[in-house]
Amino acid sequence: MKIIVCIKQVPDTNEVTIDPDTNTLVRTGIPVIINPDDKSGIEAALTLRGKIPGSTVTVVSMGPPQAEMALREALSMGCDDAVLISGRQFGGSDTLATSTIIAAALKKIGFDLIFTGRQAIDGDTAQVGPQIAEHLGIPQVSYVEEITPETDSLVVLRQFEDRYHRLRVKLPCLLTAIKDLAEPRFMTVEGIVDADEKQIRIMDYEALSDVLDPKTIGLKGSPTNVVRSFTKEPKSQGAVLKGLTADEAVDAIMARLHESHLV
Amino acid sequence: MDFKLSKSQQLSQELFRRFAETEIRPLARDMDEAEEYSMELVQKMQALGFFGIPYPKKYGGAGADTLTYALCMEEVSKVDASTGITISVHTSLCCTCIHDYGTEEQKQEFLRPLVDGRKVGCFSLTEPNAGSDASGLQTSAVLDGDEYIINGAKVFTTNSGFADTFIVFAVTDKAMGSEGISAFIVPRETPGLTVSANIPRMGIRAASNCGVSFENMRVPAKNRLKREGLGFEIAMHALDGGRIGIGAQAVGIAQGAFNEAFKYVKERKQFGRPINAFQNTRFTLAGMQTQIDAARLLVWRAAKMKDDGEEYGPAAAMCKLFASETANEVTRLAVQLLGGYGFSREYPVERMMRDAKITEIYEGTSEVMKMVIYGSLKAK
Repeated sequence: MKIIVCIKQVPDTNEVTIDPDTNTLVRTGIPVIINPDDKSGIEAALTLRGKIPGSTVTVVSMGPPQAEMALREALSMGCDDAVLISGRQFGGSDTLATSTIIAAALKKIGFDLIFTGRQAIDGDTAQVGPQIAEHLGIPQVSYVEEITPETDSLVVLRQFEDRYHRLRVKLPCLLTAIKDLAEPRFMTVEGIVDADEKQIRIMDYEALSDVLDPKTIGLKGSPTNVVRSFTKEPKSQGAVLKGLTADEAVDAIMARLHESHLV
Repeated sequence: MDFKLSKSQQLSQELFRRFAETEIRPLARDMDEAEEYSMELVQKMQALGFFGIPYPKKYGGAGADTLTYALCMEEVSKVDASTGITISVHTSLCCTCIHDYGTEEQKQEFLRPLVDGRKVGCFSLTEPNAGSDASGLQTSAVLDGDEYIINGAKVFTTNSGFADTFIVFAVTDKAMGSEGISAFIVPRETPGLTVSANIPRMGIRAASNCGVSFENMRVPAKNRLKREGLGFEIAMHALDGGRIGIGAQAVGIAQGAFNEAFKYVKERKQFGRPINAFQNTRFTLAGMQTQIDAARLLVWRAAKMKDDGEEYGPAAAMCKLFASETANEVTRLAVQLLGGYGFSREYPVERMMRDAKITEIYEGTSEVMKMVIYGSLKAK
């Protein structure tokens, strides 16, 4: 089975701050990491590869040349090969244009199963994965927490806010991974040394120009306009209960949670 | 000249850092208090290749370089110096002896399981009456047919509490002095080998460090490294490389203590402001980091020289001398910046200060480092 994992290199939002003047992320000097949900996808793909003989895992990222480090990390975890989709013409792409470009690349690379993360921690849109599936005309299951391979299909557990769906999905398909899907393994020192000897395949605009309409990529192909980005403020202090014993406090809090149908 | 790490070195550093933060940090304090190293942690590190970093893949190693190994030592020691010495003694001392002096057969039999993560090694040189003067060993090895009979006692053998493979140094010809010492590979299960309880110590308390004694211990002659009389040279060679690891460990201890202090001074308020608003705090931290950076560069230089096949002994001695002094100075200042809390066992800087001391002593004291450095001096 040819398994693809789409990953994004993102700033580590644990370390990120918002510039109060421009309301944008301060990116300088911030460590970059593989988006956590995507990393779960890598782990799930490597686990599946172990279960299905003859499988390979190809990791794919769209981004600037620096995204190579994210791909090298994935190779060091044990992925077989890596593709970097990178080109000036792709700059400024919103989620629609991004998914258009990635889908075009995936058609060239070939696939049986595609993983993406549920969403990236820098944009939180959760759009690119599902859009790739739509462009490719294949079934998709988002928020996947568990996978059981069968012949020509997978049984997956989809996490919803209040319930689970157990679905059987035919291959080829696309799954979006959540953190609960798999705890990513560490790289190994030997894996890092091996990855160093591997070439990362670069797909630029030229490589995809026969299947891409220039009007659908980059800024031109991006209908999204960001009106404003801002840091969430706490809404209010909430209710403050005073002068209660521990037991009374527990009862009072439970009563409120019941009132709000939270428990 | 460029001071940048290669891509694979950067990724390795990231791996070591993340592993140290998520897997070692939660255990460091408890292991120190219990004076016992977690074997589960050893196994996790073996699985990721931490015990075979600078050894070739053809023997089961990771195939990385000395600088990558130094990065590992720094990152794990930032969080827990006991982890640093556990890896270092295995890698720099035990495995070096077999890799650099062993026959192909010895490498396949003994080096492979050490570097591929199945076994742990130790290095038994120091004796109650032979420390800096390592040529004064009293442990004897007498040839009897195709076996040596070894008798004697060692002290402060790191990792010996759980190590599978011992490198034992013993006198085969007393009249020859340092040229009468030979080195042997000894499996733990060899009859006559006894390991004492852990020796209570001031620092690196989680590491295993015991006395080892040999009573009519029979070791096959084929387990001798090279010829008789080469043991002292083998030991000195291993220690030369080991000093890069200890230098890196010391840099790690210092950087770990700096990090704790740097975080603390932003949060701690006295006289109505965070203490990092005071120039004394700022100057202290600036000096600490400058010293750490200088020490790190000395470590990297020695590691690079070793990787490039240059004579690195004096450079390794310099990096250990300077880095170990830096670790002691920086940890002392970190405790001072944290004040009473720094002295309390609630914060890790007191442990770091205790751990730092041994870096000026083991694998050659600072005084021995100066002897080595002096021997290489010339006007420039």
